[in-house]
Amino acid sequence: MLVLALDTSTPAVTAGVAELAAGVTVLAERVTLDARAHGELITPHALDAAREAGVALKDVAAIVVGAGPGPFTGLRAGLATAAALGHALGVPVHPVCSLDAIAQQVDAGEPFTVVTDARRREVYWAAYAADGTRTDGPHVQAPAELSLGLAAGDGARLYAEQLGARVVEPYYPSTAGLVAAARDALTSGAAPAPLTPLYLRRPDAVEPGARKRVTTS
Amino acid sequence: MSRVILGIESSCDETGVGLVRLHDDGTVELLADEVASSVEQHARFGGVVPEVASRAHLEAMVPTAERAFATAGLTLSDVDAIAVTAGPGLAGALLVGVSAAKAYAAALDVPLYGVNHLAGHIAVDTLQHGPLPKPCLALLVSGGHTQLLRVDDIAGEITEVGSTVDDAAGEAYDKVARVLGLPYPGGPPIDQAARAGNPTAIDFPRGMTGPRDAKFDFSFSGLKTAVARWVENAERRGEEIPVDDVAASFQEAVADVLTAKAVRAAKEMGIGTLVISGGVAANSRLSSLARERCEAAGIELRVPRPRLCTDNGAMIAALGAHVVAAGRKPSALDLSANPALPVEVVSLEA
Ligand SMILES: [Zn+2]
Repeated sequence: MLVLALDTSTPAVTAGVAELAAGVTVLAERVTLDARAHGELITPHALDAAREAGVALKDVAAIVVGAGPGPFTGLRAGLATAAALGHALGVPVHPVCSLDAIAQQVDAGEPFTVVTDARRREVYWAAYAADGTRTDGPHVQAPAELSLGLAAGDGARLYAEQLGARVVEPYYPSTAGLVAAARDALTSGAAPAPLTPLYLRRPDAVEPGARKRVTTS
Repeated sequence: MSRVILGIESSCDETGVGLVRLHDDGTVELLADEVASSVEQHARFGGVVPEVASRAHLEAMVPTAERAFATAGLTLSDVDAIAVTAGPGLAGALLVGVSAAKAYAAALDVPLYGVNHLAGHIAVDTLQHGPLPKPCLALLVSGGHTQLLRVDDIAGEITEVGSTVDDAAGEAYDKVARVLGLPYPGGPPIDQAARAGNPTAIDFPRGMTGPRDAKFDFSFSGLKTAVARWVENAERRGEEIPVDDVAASFQEAVADVLTAKAVRAAKEMGIGTLVISGGVAANSRLSSLARERCEAAGIELRVPRPRLCTDNGAMIAALGAHVVAAGRKPSALDLSANPALPVEVVSLEA
């Protein structure tokens, strides 16, 4: 099964094409580290990856997209792209937790945590058993409130000291990790889960209080 | 051979998807115009909350597109080109539409045109009233914009004649509505209240009309403050607020300045057609006063029907059709949205 994978939940703008059979074979992948270029690059990256893989977008049978958690604006670029591609190509779009996609690529032999940068001096994190099954999370929290052992993800690297973490790769979701995290959904033939972004934070918005007077009495 | 243009709009709080057909003779026919609004989610905040709008755009984008294709009786494979609002607007909101539009263009292998939202408000009039005379003058009034524009060619030659130096006209409506205890958005309830009021009851100031003020610029901040001051003083005297009279007098001040400046600009520039568009164009007093003054000055007035005046995808599809017809170059797929896109940039060529 030919699968297109997209993720914009971290500073890595990632698009790749993979063949899912007994294992996951990545045919081509494009990654740019630029937290401000998600909207610009995700579609060109998907096209470039398909071209390098020698396939057309209309050849893909399914799309996998990282649903975060991730900083809002960048995260939405990937999800909006995946949703429209799925609509236009008439293929299912499967969301996966982006932290799960990183966890798929961790070969730890012990329980571990995946931590990514949530900005505003906070991190997104989820805990995993040695076999990569998520056991807690995802959450958003200040790194100082956490005490971790083995940890992957760019947030672990960024806040290694405060987290007390032993940092391992990978730092970002990859095509292989995204497709592996969606394997059951892709092969079951069941309808995909709704494309709901994992924002984990509410919008910053305050209801106005009493009207301010313009006259001084 | 006619061409089908898909238009996508997400610059503020309306997710719009429109489909139009560009005929060989250059006329543009409306096929579908579907809008999902998040206005109710913003009401308790008294204004558009960008993050709330962006979240709503992502949820609504594909369902709105599906409805547009169903309405038009078309499938995605019928699309020949895609136009999307590249700016101006809210950054996070624009990004959702631009991302989706690029994905549609890549999947369907058709050209993408990043276009200007403001020009879209003018282009939409061609769906109802046919080709625009060259030149024409456009007055855009909404919650986000108040601009007077000279349009020599809707596909690429637009210049700003004047704009607001502070609040947009629609913003002033929202703020005055709040002062009067009327709901958000303020346009419709003020218009409603004003019908029963006396527009000459209170002499509110006409902003930017002094001899040294810029001739074609607007200001509504002073008017808004004057209304608040008037209401507070009346409250302090223990009087009941004559909401209808305040609404009518405020509305009169807005309509008076907008139409006076637009008509004066048209006369001075020797332009025979005025187009009024944007959400506030639906205001009853603005349109009746504009009609009166245009008639007196021998100017043809064009106001698209209210549904076309507010933000929608059809206006972007219509502009896209004119840009395609003019043979402009498409945008690159690494196009980025520009929240401050100047009105002079009608489309972003690669
Ligand atoms: Zn608008």
